[in-house]
Formats: sequence, C-alpha cells, structure tokens
Amino acid sequence: MGTVLNVNDINVYYGAIHALKGISFHVDEGEIVSLIGANGAGKTTAMHTISGLLRSKTGSLEFQGANISKTEPHKIVRMGLAQVPEGRRVFSSLTVLENLEMGAFIRTGSARKGIDEDLEKIFSRFPRLKERRKQVAGTLSGGEQQMLAIGRALMSRPKMLLLDEPSMGLAPIMVQEIFNCITQVNAEGTTVLLVEQNAKMALSISNRAYVLETGIISLEGNAADLLDNEQVKQAYLGA
Amino acid sequence: MNFITQTLNGLGLGSIYALVALGYSMVYGIVQLINFAHGDIIMVGGYILYLILVNLGMPLWMAIAAAILVCAVAGVLIQRVAYHRLLVHNAARISLLITALGVSIFLQNLFMILFSSNPRSVPTLIDFGSLSLGSLAIPSKTVINIVVSVIMMVGLQLLVNKTKIGKAMQAASEDTGAAKLMGINTNYVVAFTFAIGSALAAVGAVLYCNTYPQISPDMGNLLGLKAFVAAVLGGIGSIPGAMLGGYILGVAETLTKGYVTSTAYDAVVFGILILVLLIKPTGLLGENRKEKV
Repeated sequence: MGTVLNVNDINVYYGAIHALKGISFHVDEGEIVSLIGANGAGKTTAMHTISGLLRSKTGSLEFQGANISKTEPHKIVRMGLAQVPEGRRVFSSLTVLENLEMGAFIRTGSARKGIDEDLEKIFSRFPRLKERRKQVAGTLSGGEQQMLAIGRALMSRPKMLLLDEPSMGLAPIMVQEIFNCITQVNAEGTTVLLVEQNAKMALSISNRAYVLETGIISLEGNAADLLDNEQVKQAYLGA
Repeated sequence: MNFITQTLNGLGLGSIYALVALGYSMVYGIVQLINFAHGDIIMVGGYILYLILVNLGMPLWMAIAAAILVCAVAGVLIQRVAYHRLLVHNAARISLLITALGVSIFLQNLFMILFSSNPRSVPTLIDFGSLSLGSLAIPSKTVINIVVSVIMMVGLQLLVNKTKIGKAMQAASEDTGAAKLMGINTNYVVAFTFAIGSALAAVGAVLYCNTYPQISPDMGNLLGLKAFVAAVLGGIGSIPGAMLGGYILGVAETLTKGYVTSTAYDAVVFGILILVLLIKPTGLLGENRKEKV
C-alpha cells in the first residue's frame, strides 16, 4: 500500500505566531489516521495547509506523489482530496440538495454521470437529509449539518477525506452516528485523515495517530497503543 | 401630468438606478467591497456607445453590444489590476475603499484627457413616441427602461439561482473558504461577478443615454452615488433589494420633483436612505449576516 499523503517538515505562521513548527506525518492508502491534540495545538492549521487555504514556508506536501505545496485549493480538490471543514460551514442560504450539488462542482463532462446515484447513496446513508433536501441548510440541526458537510465532501468522489472536528458540538448519539459513517466510508475505499479533540472516539476508529502539542508532534503510533499510553490517557482521555 | 404618469416615469428613472445598484450589490455580496468605480463604468459605457454610434457611424445594436462588452472587460480589468492583490492578501477594508475611489478618479480623468470635460449630446437612440393606455400616454423611454430592467432582473435571478456558476456565486459570497474547498475557483467567480455587474451598468448606460441624451466624464458621480444609495436602501448584497431600492429611489425623486420641490429633490432621496437605515440598518430586504466564528 502506498502513501497517499505525505507531509514533510511544514512550518506555518499566522502573522507573528508560529503555528506549526516543522511537523511531518503521512497517511497510507486505506488508512484512518487521526491528528489529536488540545485546542490551539495547530490541528486546523494543519488541515488548512493540506487543502491549500494556508501555505507552509518550508518543506513539502505530497498527495499521491504530486507536490501540492503551491497548488491552489480548488485544484487540490480536483485531484481527489476533499475536506469537511471545522464548524461544518455548509452554505446556509442554499438548500440541502444545492449544497450537495456544490460538493459535486468539480464533476464535469462524463464525471457528471453517476451524480444522481451518489445522491441516492448519501440519502440512504443519511435519510434525514433526504427528508429535508428542499430545506435551506441554515435551518438544519448541528448533527444534520455535519451529515450534510460529510455528504457534500463525498459528492466529489474523493480519494481521501479530511475531517476537521466532526464531533464538535454534537450530542453523543450523533457523534456515534457520524463516526460509524466515517468507518463505513473508509471501508468503501476512501482514505481518511481525522482531526479530533475527542481523542478517545478518534483513536477507537483509527489505525494510527499523531499527537499534536503547540505546533509539534509529540507522540505517534498505532491508535491501539496510544489508547493505552499513560501520557495520552492523562492528557487526552481523562483517565 | 397626473400622478400615475409621474409614478411610471419614476419607475423608469428607478430602472436605471436599479441596474447600476445590482452591480454594487453583487460585488459587495461576494467580496464585501463598495466598488466606487462602478458609477464610472456607466460613463465608460456611455462613451463607448457614443464613439461607435456617432464617430464610427455603426448601427445601434453594435454600439450597445460594444458598450456591454467593453464595460464587462473593464470591470474584470479593474478587479484584476486594482483589487485582486488586496483581496488575496486580506487587506483592510479601508484600503479597498480608498483604492476604489482612486480607480474612480483615474477613470474620470482619463476620459477627461481623452474626450475633454465638455459634455456631448447623444442622438436619439430608440423612440417610438409614447404608449397609450386608456387616457395615459407613457413616453417610450419610460416603457423601455422598465421593460429592460425587469428582463435583466429576471435573467439575473435565473443566472444566480438556476445555473452552476450562479450557485457558485452564492456559495462564494456566503463562505469563500468553503467554496474553495468545493473545488470552486473563487478568483474566476469574483471576476465573473465583476463582469456581470459591469455589463448591467452598461445596459444602465444605454438606458440613461436614451433618457437623458448627454454624456460627460463625471456623469457617473451622482448616478453612481444614487445607485449605491439604492443598493443600501434595498439591503446591500440582495438582488431583489437592489431592484426595489432603485425603483423606490426613482419614484421618490420624480414625485418630489413633481409635487414638492424641483430643486432639493436629492435631499429628499438621501433623507429616505437615512430614515430607512435608522429603522432597519440592514436595508429593506437585507439579512443579518451571521459573523463567522
């Protein structure tokens, strides 16, 4: 199995703040990899750097062997890397269906075939979205918006899915549903990079994980090992 | 003149404001920039129309097509040259505003150098006398203004709500970052928005020249300002709002001229703006934008 995403020594700044201090990590094909850490550790910064919304001063980003360090965000999506952003960021004035269509924006020509099937697939995965498909997204509950954000990202038929804090602000039962969905999407062949504050939940579905602490990676390893790690237990699992 | 005719003439004038207001509103919706050079695009449209029609002696439809095309290109050019880098680097809003004023001054002076500051008379473009409805006789320019503006408004609504690029415009105006994550080339969407807005201003210029057959390098000043007022009045960022604001402004202006004062009508127009903003700061059809967390 090859490496799908390779992040090598990236340094990212927010003005004067040095948010990521030379971190490196990689995601192999078919894996679920988590990036866990506290608020402000740099998790979202890492996500935005991968999707091209932020730039690294050094190092390189490779997606499926191609250097994407300087590639524009919309082109990165076209290469097969979709992101479910933190806070969901659905288009609240557009309907559920229109949001999903926006997710399929990059599909042109022959790739438009199969859009209806993919919509049906997402609707059968999240029946509540089907019921509300004519409703504007702003009127959905937090959980429904998260489903929509995931469905929207899947509409581009990504090779790899980045999820930024999908559990944020959701009821436990909803978190369970979202995580089941992530596992399912992964089982169907999509590689997943997951950023989470809910470390226990994230580690429970991941193959491997990296612990991010104020801009550096302090620990890495198999998810199962990290779940047993005393340091991780104390800092992130509330044990 | 009776009240109904006055009101219809007001709608005719308001149609011009509305078409120009659409450009302000669309551009604001997508990049939160008050493009003060937008009023001068009308002026550019007026001069292109004049040059092709009078100097080159070409048919009217060609002059109109050329005005629309040149304005659309000028709009995109202004965006690329003057605003693009400021937007990419998240410059302060005040820098954008100053730049917009700079572009406005530049355009006016450029045209003053090229064509002198003397106004020029535009020949009659379209005139079929007047339309009789019972005892009413509506001047042809009023009919044309209203019909054209309604067609443009419907066309724009279809573009924004039914086409892929239109929905991309809505998405980008709501959340540019999220739109990028959908694979939308937001630079292209912004350029397209400037092109459409400027093309509508060109149509406004044609209607203006048909109504007030005179052009000058500073013609965009007051017209642009009033269209901006119309956009704010209707709720900036809202397409139906811009149209409504334009019509209200035009009718208020014409009725004030007809029944109250023929000199201080602009004071009334701007007074309405102040009043509406005091009662509803987001404008008549404007929505409260939720601040992003």
